Amino acid sequence: MVDSSVVLWGQTLAYTLYCLAMILLMAWFSYRVTRGDQATPVKPAVFYSFVGFLAVLGVSLHIVTYNTIPWSEMDLNRGDYTPDRTFSITVADHEFHLPSDRLLIECGETVLFDVTSSDLTYGFGLFRSDHSMVFQMQVVPGHRNDILWKFEREGTYSIRSTEYSGPRGVRMIVENAVEVGSCEPRTASLSVQTG
Amino acid sequence: MSFTETLLRGEQGLFKSESLTPMQKITLRFVVVGLVFYGFAVIEGMLMRLYEVRPLPVVSEEQFFAILTAHPLVGIFGSTYSLVCGAFLFLVPFLMKKPLWSIRLANLTWIFIAGGTLLFWGAGFVSHYAPLYTLYWPLPADFTQFSVLGGTAFILGIAVVMLGSAFFVINVFKTITYTPEGWSKQPAGRLLASALGWSGFRNLFRRKKGEHLVPLPVAAIARGSVDMALNTTVILFTGILILVYMVAALGGVSLARTAVDALLYKNWFWWGLDLIADGLVLIFVAGTWYLLATLITGKNLFFQNIARAALLLELIVSWTVWSHHLLSDQAQPAVLKVVSGEMVTAFELITQGLAFFITLATLWSARPLKMTNELKFLLGGLLGFALAVPAGIMQADVGLNRILHNTQWIVGPHVHVAILVGLTMTLYSAVYLLLPILTNGAKLYSQKLADFHFWAHLVGGIGMGAFMGMAGLQGMLRRSLYIEGEFGVYMILAALSGSLLLLAFLAFFANIVMTVGLKGVLGIFARPKVDTADLVPAA
Repeated sequence: MVDSSVVLWGQTLAYTLYCLAMILLMAWFSYRVTRGDQATPVKPAVFYSFVGFLAVLGVSLHIVTYNTIPWSEMDLNRGDYTPDRTFSITVADHEFHLPSDRLLIECGETVLFDVTSSDLTYGFGLFRSDHSMVFQMQVVPGHRNDILWKFEREGTYSIRSTEYSGPRGVRMIVENAVEVGSCEPRTASLSVQTG
Repeated sequence: MSFTETLLRGEQGLFKSESLTPMQKITLRFVVVGLVFYGFAVIEGMLMRLYEVRPLPVVSEEQFFAILTAHPLVGIFGSTYSLVCGAFLFLVPFLMKKPLWSIRLANLTWIFIAGGTLLFWGAGFVSHYAPLYTLYWPLPADFTQFSVLGGTAFILGIAVVMLGSAFFVINVFKTITYTPEGWSKQPAGRLLASALGWSGFRNLFRRKKGEHLVPLPVAAIARGSVDMALNTTVILFTGILILVYMVAALGGVSLARTAVDALLYKNWFWWGLDLIADGLVLIFVAGTWYLLATLITGKNLFFQNIARAALLLELIVSWTVWSHHLLSDQAQPAVLKVVSGEMVTAFELITQGLAFFITLATLWSARPLKMTNELKFLLGGLLGFALAVPAGIMQADVGLNRILHNTQWIVGPHVHVAILVGLTMTLYSAVYLLLPILTNGAKLYSQKLADFHFWAHLVGGIGMGAFMGMAGLQGMLRRSLYIEGEFGVYMILAALSGSLLLLAFLAFFANIVMTVGLKGVLGIFARPKVDTADLVPAA
């Protein structure tokens, strides 16, 4: 599965280019609207083309992301998947209660995080050591809050509440709570050791 | 005139508050209240920006979150509602060419909005009540973290503001439909149909176009007011629910918080809140753009019937988009996420894009135009929404929301660019345009200050949104604290941009005070000496 950091870079690039283009367009318009010898009305064809462009853009964005961001489809249809591993986590009184000190995952596994709150609305997010986000979801009391994620990169991740639950919840962080094992083929690593 | 004389009497002594009609006074009272609360919001915002760089020793964490709770509410209700209500209570009768239905109710509107805002702001300041504007259940009733008494005063303050907004809605619709004394009977039903967009919608399919009884900006105000009425109802009802828990707690009874389903509540509350963000704000802004474009150019609006239909479409869209706020709630049905959260929300790209194009096309058709203050601020407002709306469409995507929800991306490039650059610059354009009409010809003190106001606000607003967005893309959350300087560089740059916004506001505020003078500002709140229902003094 494509890593979420790759998706974020794509979005950063696309949105930055869009913003620069829009700022340049408005600067050009602001200059030209104060000049010109006579007024020229805008042709209706230009207007209708613009409307068509917006309609195509608005709808196609979600179709494109559904087919290119791998977790979109898996998230909406997660009931159809069988996870390789499930972690049941509870949250109460601004604390995460994990099934073990460290949640160990093998590379390539699809993991279900099933999080339950017994009091407030919290968030559940996985973060890399540079504080960037892998994924997050809301944790609403009285409801099932589950997320399915496929891990294809070795690493250690922290859990952090991504929703405000009062000043006491600001430091709801469990450092290095999730560890994904090596993605190198086991036979290769064995041969290195024995060789 | 000396500086002191100008400070006291205004630029060249041209502003005479005793010449103002009751309607002019009411409108200016709204403007003063709106600007004062904007000052509150800017200072609060700047405090938080500094705190994000390095925690301030004089501000505790509890105080920080109390500021975070009050800041958007003061900005939207205290400032924006005041400016919008004041402008529209003047413009509806101005454009309908009839007196306002009730001047008394208009006065009560600004008093309730200002009083309610002061009450909830003060309650938050003193008691640190901080459940944020989202009020996710059961946080507002968590009395292990928050004071019951402070919370009660806070929620009562919000309720008072909502009563003020209800008065505004009543006054708008009554003014559109009522028959003034001595007039022939007005066709109330047809006026209402025109205001709500039904007649404009029918015109799209008719060969012979029917007459519009209500000008397009009034139609926009009426449609935005429908959303205002609905969100007022939702927020009032939610306030009563929270108050029930508070009153019980004050009486020593602890009610079961599980009696309220947290997800159902979240859907209900976001449905109402979103009628502000994705409803009345977008509709009011589009209507204001149309009004400004026609007043600046003196020409008819480009494709007026489509503009009217788009406003009706926006109204319906605004009732069905709330689910984009719940894309990260896993118990939310997938069909709601896709249909309401993604697809219907994408319509906002179309409706707001139409308004953007129609406004630019109207301006273009009147070339060459002079780059006045109202034109440059209007162009700034258009740019703000052109940047902020696509940012919102991107985050309203099931895939992208998984890595954007509750990050600084949401509140930076989307919320702050939309509100500060898009909405506020549009409102500034209206203020600059209406200033001579409302003050009977007062002269702006300094064009240089107005130019500085424009550039500092534009660069500061876009810059702050951009740096917050960059931090968000790196994983920085919006409702949390980073005390180890994890995102220090971005936060320093965002704080520098924020300081430009503060300087822009100070320049504007000083310019307005020097234009009307301190005596003039006080005179605005004195009893009117001109007894007339007319909007402006007879020539």
